[in-house]
Amino acid sequence: MATSFQPDVATPGTRTNAVIHTIDIHKYYELGETRVHALRGVSVQIAAGEFVAIMGASGSGKSTFMNILGCLDKPSGGEYLLDGIQVSKLSKNELAKIRNQKIGFVFQGFNLLSRTTALENVELPTLYAHVTRAEGQKRAQDSLQLVGLGDRVLHYPSQLSGGQQQRVAIARALVNQPSLLLADEPTGNLDSRTSIEIMDVLQKLNDKGLTIVLVTHEPDIANFAKRIIHFRDGKIRQDEAVRNRPVANEVLRQMPVLED
Amino acid sequence: MNLTAILRIAMRALARNKLRSALTMLGIIIGVGAVIAMVSVGQGAQQQAQDQIAAMGSNILFVGSGTVTRGGMRMGWGATKTLVYDDMTAILRECPAVRAAAPGSQSSAQVVFGNDNWATQINGTEPQYFDIRNWPFQEGGPFSQNDVEMAANVAVIGETVRKNLFGPTDPIGETIRVNNLPFKVVGVLASKGTSAAMGQDQDDVIVVPLTTLQKKITGQDWLRWIMVSAVSREASYAAQQQITGLLRDRHRIRPGQDDDFMVRNLADMAELADQQARLFTILLASIASISLLVGGIGIMNIMLVSVTERTREIGIRMAIGATEGDVQQQFLIESIVLSLIGGVIGILIGLVSSYMITHTLGWPVLVSTKAVITATIFSAAVGIFFGFYPARKAARLDPIDALRYE
Repeated sequence: MATSFQPDVATPGTRTNAVIHTIDIHKYYELGETRVHALRGVSVQIAAGEFVAIMGASGSGKSTFMNILGCLDKPSGGEYLLDGIQVSKLSKNELAKIRNQKIGFVFQGFNLLSRTTALENVELPTLYAHVTRAEGQKRAQDSLQLVGLGDRVLHYPSQLSGGQQQRVAIARALVNQPSLLLADEPTGNLDSRTSIEIMDVLQKLNDKGLTIVLVTHEPDIANFAKRIIHFRDGKIRQDEAVRNRPVANEVLRQMPVLED
Repeated sequence: MNLTAILRIAMRALARNKLRSALTMLGIIIGVGAVIAMVSVGQGAQQQAQDQIAAMGSNILFVGSGTVTRGGMRMGWGATKTLVYDDMTAILRECPAVRAAAPGSQSSAQVVFGNDNWATQINGTEPQYFDIRNWPFQEGGPFSQNDVEMAANVAVIGETVRKNLFGPTDPIGETIRVNNLPFKVVGVLASKGTSAAMGQDQDDVIVVPLTTLQKKITGQDWLRWIMVSAVSREASYAAQQQITGLLRDRHRIRPGQDDDFMVRNLADMAELADQQARLFTILLASIASISLLVGGIGIMNIMLVSVTERTREIGIRMAIGATEGDVQQQFLIESIVLSLIGGVIGILIGLVSSYMITHTLGWPVLVSTKAVITATIFSAAVGIFFGFYPARKAARLDPIDALRYE
């Protein structure tokens, strides 16, 4: 792969050099009379180049935390610094710009636009980044190249396998060269071999310096990360480094290829 | 996002549901088409009315014998015998705003030529009548002042009479019989068509010398009307006042008493006809606008459906960095594109149908650029107005909810 990935580095003079720095984050939801306390004081630092898996049962607050990390949601209390920027102070439009420039999203359901080619799907974030069309297309092409789909640019999502669709989604997440890739159960809809293929892509991107935060409830998948954070009842229960981390590429080589 | 990118996205979104987009557009197409067609037809009617009044002569005043009340019974216009030839000479002599005047009387008669006969109106007047009414001849010419003095049996016939009595035969020099009197045809008037102001066929007439009509047919010596031409169109109001004053004086009408004559100013009639035609245009246009409104509601409806259907897409776009403004713009442009394309097609259809309608009616085709421009702006405005709420709704979606939407 020709293109190398260059993550943004936190500018000097900011309070922290961590990509993600949360300080005592709380999140409440008002559901009629009752108040749901989804996050109860989450403090975590994730440095540039880390590969973190967030695990937890449903209702543990991990999705809420992801939404806050992804600037889709604002915390009810506490501080969130992304690349040294105080996110809670930003306006809606500034948040949209952050999502566009600093964060790449990968979802469980791929969330590609149907009847839109892989290239155009990947190009989409560049439209909102106000770059020229030619530049956007070049970046999209490079990005697809990076995830190994350089030869499928004009395919529609319906013509691609689940794994390929997820690669397109990853390429889309990378196209504006973000400092952070957020993946919300990226392997949830995939069979085990394809899941490992996706983890292979993520590991390789991480090797090039990209910071990745991954939400999953599968321990096997979480093990491909370098660090696992366990959530329970809106709090971090455990924060551990992964020992004996498998290399997805090697796992793949040992797996039998399934014939349909 | 730049405009070409937005337009590309909008076109693709519309192309995705071709039938639905086409049906939505149809509402606008019909609305705009109807507005254009109706306004064009209305303006054609207006022009037609103006043309006809201009054809009657622009600065004409019509002095008619008036109404009278006999034993509590009001007799209607033309019942008095007080309008006489001397009134005309007095008008010519004493009203400076008057250029020319022609006396007239009328009757109806059965006209016979060979085996054909035709009931028509018979007017008695003097030769300057044709000049005042600005009425050219297609064949022959007017009778002479000498014919008037001699009460000669000569006649000028209108186009409708010619058609009904003579067909292909050349009428000049032929003799027709009116009330069993032989008349020599000396001229055929050019066709003037149906009068817009009076609503009658102006060509269904024969014109003979006043003296001939009075002495040999009606036996009356008073006038039914005097056709007056003012020195200019502007002077026609002054002429009207001068004539009214003069005739009240001559007929010894005391202040407070009603006139026993009437003076009609054709400029007034032209204005009246013009007003009616304009009202007609407004009426047609407002009916047509209702269909445009309905078309707009159709757009709004479809855009709302589209926003709901594409909730997930909106969520994706927001997650990857679209601002509220971007999303709103996208849906707004979509509805504007929808209504503008519909508007353009509607204009074409409106033009074609207005040509067809006016051609069928034999009216002048008047496609007003104003109507075309207004319709274009209006259809864009419909797109903005009816697209705004759905676009706002899309932009206000919460990205998390939108992404989760199934």
